Amino acid sequence: MVAPAWFETDAGRGGLAVSLRGVTKIFDGGVMALGPFDLAVRKGEFVSLVGPSGCGKSTALRLIAGLATPTTGRVDTFPHAGETQLGHGIGFVFQEPTLMPWASVRENVRLPLKLARVPKNDSDARIGEALSRVGLTEFADSYPRELSGGMKMRVSLARALVTDPDILLMDEPFAALDEITRFRLNNDLLALWRNLKKTVIFVTHSVFESVYLSQRVLVMTARPGRPGSEIRIEASEPRDEDFRTSTAYAEYCRKVSSALAPSYVGKSAL
Amino acid sequence: MNSCETGDASAPSADGRAFRVLRILLPVIVAALGTAAWELAVRLFDIQPYVLPGPVAVFRTLFSDWGVLSQSLLVTLLTTLEGFVAASLGGIALALLFNLSKVLEYSLFPYAVILQVTPVIAIAPLLLIYLPQQTAVVVCAWIVGFFPVLSNTTLGLNSVDRNLAGLFQLYGASRLQTLRFLKLPSALPYILGGLRIAGGLSLIGAVVAEIAAGTAGAGSGLAYRIAESGYRLNIPRMFAALLLLSLAGIVIYALLALISHLALRRWHESALGKES
Repeated sequence: MVAPAWFETDAGRGGLAVSLRGVTKIFDGGVMALGPFDLAVRKGEFVSLVGPSGCGKSTALRLIAGLATPTTGRVDTFPHAGETQLGHGIGFVFQEPTLMPWASVRENVRLPLKLARVPKNDSDARIGEALSRVGLTEFADSYPRELSGGMKMRVSLARALVTDPDILLMDEPFAALDEITRFRLNNDLLALWRNLKKTVIFVTHSVFESVYLSQRVLVMTARPGRPGSEIRIEASEPRDEDFRTSTAYAEYCRKVSSALAPSYVGKSAL
Repeated sequence: MNSCETGDASAPSADGRAFRVLRILLPVIVAALGTAAWELAVRLFDIQPYVLPGPVAVFRTLFSDWGVLSQSLLVTLLTTLEGFVAASLGGIALALLFNLSKVLEYSLFPYAVILQVTPVIAIAPLLLIYLPQQTAVVVCAWIVGFFPVLSNTTLGLNSVDRNLAGLFQLYGASRLQTLRFLKLPSALPYILGGLRIAGGLSLIGAVVAEIAAGTAGAGSGLAYRIAESGYRLNIPRMFAALLLLSLAGIVIYALLALISHLALRRWHESALGKES
C-alpha cells in the first residue's frame, strides 16, 4: 500500500487519529454528497469543518463514526489500544441531544456502558465522573424533559465521554442553543479538550465558533463537499474571553469568512 | 406589586381546580337529569315495564336478580380478560416478529387486515360450529382485539428516533439490545394506546360471540342473559344486564388509561400536565 506524503510526516508527529483518503459518498438518489475528500487529523488535534448547508459535513462525520459506509475510498480511525475494551474509541455528539426520554440522566449516560455489558458497579463510577465533568452531578436522577437545552447537550456530552473515547465527533452540537449558553459550552468544551487530550472533529455553521475552538479550520466547498482552504488558528493557550474579543480573533474570523464566501456566491440567502 | 404577583399565580390554579370539578360534575348532572326525565315519562304516560321499564324498575331488577347477573358478569369479564390477554400478547408478539423479518410481515400482514375488516358478527357463527362455545367466544374477543395492538405496536417500533438508532449502532448494540433498550421503550406509548382500544374491543368481541351463540349455547355471560331475557320479554333484566356491560366497559377503559398514565407520567407528552 502506498501512503501519500502527508501520511508519513503526520505519523511522525504523534500519529494519526483519523484519516480519510479519496472518500466519496453518493446517496441512493444519485446525489453526490461528498468527495473526493481527504482528511488527516492527528492525535489530540481539534479540527473544525465549516461549510454551507448540505456540503456533506455531517456525512463526513457519519462516515468517520462508521454510521455510513463510503461509496469509494477508505476511512481509518486509530483509537488507541487501551480503549478497545469497550469495543470502540469514538464518541459522537449529535446536533440534537438525542437522549432517551424514558430514562433518567444517569441511565442515559450509562447507555454506552450498558451496551458494552460493563457491570453496573464499574459503570456507576464512570457515570459519576462523566457527569461531574459536565457539571450535572446533582441532576443524575432528572429526566431529559426537566432539563434546559444546554443541560441536555451536556448530558449528551457526558454520554460521549463516559467510554473515555480518544476521538470525539461533534455534529453542530451547540447550533440550537442561545448565544450565552453556547459561549459557556464552548469554554467548557475547550477545558475538557485541554484536560482530556481528545482528538476532536467539530462540525459547525458558525465561523466564530470554529475559530474560537479549533487549532485548524477546514472550509468545505458546496456540494459535493471537498476540503477547500485550511486555516490554522495559532493563538496562545488557554483561550478565553480575552481571545474572543482580540483583534487576532477577528482577523481569523475574517479569513475563514472570506474562504467560505465562494461557496455562497450566486445563492440566495434562502 | 407583591399582591399582584400572588394574585396572578393563584388565579390559574383556582380556575384549573374549578374546571376539573366541573368536568366531573357536568356528566353527573346530565345523568341525573336524564334518569329523572326517563322515570317521569314512564310514570306520566303509564308505560308498561315490558315496553320500557323506568330506571327505578331497572335498578330494582339489578338488585333482585343480582345472583344471576353477577354470575353472568363474572363469566363475561373472564372471557374478555382471556381475549384481551391473548390479543395483547398475540398483537405485540406478531409486531415484534414483523419487525425482525420483512418477509414475514409482507406474507402475513394482509391476512391480519382481512381478519380485521371482516365483521366479527359474521365470523362468530362459523367459529361456533368448529370450536367449543367457550373457546369460540374467547377467539372472537381475540380477533377484534389483536389488530389495534398489532398495528399500534408496529407503528411504535417504526417510530424510533433516527439519531438514537445511530447511537445504538455506533456503540455496537446487538439486535436484542436494540429491541429491549430502544425499540420497546419507544413503542411503549403506542402499545399502551393499542391496549386501551383492545380492552373495549375484547368486551365487544365477547358479547358478539355470546349473542351469536344465543340461547342455543350453554353459555351464561351477560350477552346471553340479554338474549334470553329478550325472548322472555323480561325487559328490565335486559336493561340491567346492559347497564352492567356498560359499567364493565368503563372500568376496563379506566383501568387501562390509569396503567398507561402511570407508565408514561415521567416522560411522555401524553401523560404530562399542561403546566410543564
